[in-house]
Amino acid sequence: MKKTLIFLSIFFSYLLFSQEILFDIKDKPNDDGSALILSWDTSQVKSFKILIERKEPNGNFVVVTNSRETIGTFEDGTDVNPGIIYNYRLSTLDDNGKVLYIVRDTGESSAQWFNKNKISLLIIALLISLSIIYYIFSAKSGKDIYIRKIGGLESMDESVGRATEMGRPILFIPGTLDLDDMQTIAGLTLLRRLAQKAAEYDAKLIVPVCRSMVLSTAKEIVKEAFMKAGRPDAYDPDSVFYLTDDQFGYVAGVDGIIVREKPAANFFLGAFYAESLILAETGFSSGAIQTAGTAMPSQLPFFVVACDYTLIGEELFAASAYLSKDPHQLGSLKGQDFGKALFIIVLTVGIILEISGVHFLKDFLALH
Amino acid sequence: MKRKIPLLITFTVGIILIISEFIPHKPFGQLSGELEIWFLIISGFAILLGQLSLFKVNIIKIRYKQHDWQFYIVTLASFVVMVALGFLWGTGRSAGLLGHGEVITNTLGYKPFDYLFNNIYQHLQATMFSLLAFFIASAAYRAFIGRTVESNLLLASAVLVMLGNTTFGSLLTGWLPESLNFLHLPKVSEFIMTFPTTAGQRAIMIGAGLGIIGSSLRIILGIERSYLGGE
Repeated sequence: MKKTLIFLSIFFSYLLFSQEILFDIKDKPNDDGSALILSWDTSQVKSFKILIERKEPNGNFVVVTNSRETIGTFEDGTDVNPGIIYNYRLSTLDDNGKVLYIVRDTGESSAQWFNKNKISLLIIALLISLSIIYYIFSAKSGKDIYIRKIGGLESMDESVGRATEMGRPILFIPGTLDLDDMQTIAGLTLLRRLAQKAAEYDAKLIVPVCRSMVLSTAKEIVKEAFMKAGRPDAYDPDSVFYLTDDQFGYVAGVDGIIVREKPAANFFLGAFYAESLILAETGFSSGAIQTAGTAMPSQLPFFVVACDYTLIGEELFAASAYLSKDPHQLGSLKGQDFGKALFIIVLTVGIILEISGVHFLKDFLALH
Repeated sequence: MKRKIPLLITFTVGIILIISEFIPHKPFGQLSGELEIWFLIISGFAILLGQLSLFKVNIIKIRYKQHDWQFYIVTLASFVVMVALGFLWGTGRSAGLLGHGEVITNTLGYKPFDYLFNNIYQHLQATMFSLLAFFIASAAYRAFIGRTVESNLLLASAVLVMLGNTTFGSLLTGWLPESLNFLHLPKVSEFIMTFPTTAGQRAIMIGAGLGIIGSSLRIILGIERSYLGGE
């Protein structure tokens, strides 16, 4: 009887203490199984701080984290692999570092095949992409697609003609970012049209670049354009050259070219940062006809002020399609318009719902 | 074939990367990061092409004694000196072929490369950046000349924002009662920057975002081939 009482008292005290300290280990959702979420609640017991350790394959416990917070969570992403059961122990310590209670738990992470947090992104991306693809292929039917006039692109021939008449070169700057930026690629697609026009008009083209990858691409583009124009002999391989990767070193180099060569037409098409105004103002002072295009909102005012024509944001990306007059490419612009309409609807509905105190749409669209 | 292989690679990689955005499971989750490393490696090799181009263009100009050819000697000399110093004594904590060059480092206070970098290069860089202040003044002058309704609006909002960010602006409207606090110049300036400016910027960003999606799809589907030099 006495033994039974002792056993029961130990058993119930264990249950009591284990209920006072909550220690839970869960798999981190929507990840590749490389993290576990540890959460604890020691508010029911008196302790100075908590210590969480993980059992390593050699049997030793390694400290994962320690905290003075009684309720908290910690993401353990150190050497966690999916499909392995990890043993953790949480110790509560007093201010002398003496262990008061120990709670153990195990956790296993798993990799997910779909990130549920990005479902809204997937839906919107699918809607926009499908509409663009639909319009691209529906353009095959020969249906007339209206595209508004873009002054900066209409003036391209005029700029090349002016340079030819004046006997001065054309300067093309493909931005200061590398080929992994879409703006640089958009700029380079325009370079091909420009180089072809320059070859047809027999105008000199200068393309200083600040990235080696852009150099090789730009060289290939200009060479092909001259060949397409039937003037491979007029192609100067040194017309496309590398200056420097450094932002202001590049600006100094380009400004020097503008001042010395006095180009009749300057094209700044790509991604720009603080160098935008320095380049555009130097070009303005040299009296060149200037066309700029970027999707950097903070640099657009500078270009608008200093250049004759500015392609604002999407116009830069639409330029290639606009100039090619290829129905497939123009169809994609129509698809983008659908995207704009979708955004306007979602924004309007979202504003109305938020004002009404309904946060469903905001929560659905938020990426966690 | 010259066109088909790059187009096939672009299509495959493009589609896989789009899918991997939504799949955290290995190997898709890591693909974007892995490809960025590939890009860096290829960029590393391409740097050599850049340096060769720099040398070739400058040497041609010096050889044919083109206008201001002396400046091109300065460019090449600076390039050679910096590369040589970096190779010989290294930069920062990295040692060069001749070690850390303690004697020179103790004399100059820095390694030779770092000395030139900190005392010449950075100052030249700062000089170029400082030009921006003067160019902003000249550009602002042109932009703020009231010719049209739009430029008048721009002028008015610019004056309000500038005044609102100065102590003089606070002083001008500091006497306004609490009920008219919304007309206090710093508040007006904050309002312009927070709402109309941000709204305009976001509109441009949404348009640009859609443009990026459209351009990317054109490239992935092989409709846009200008970047390959073709139609």
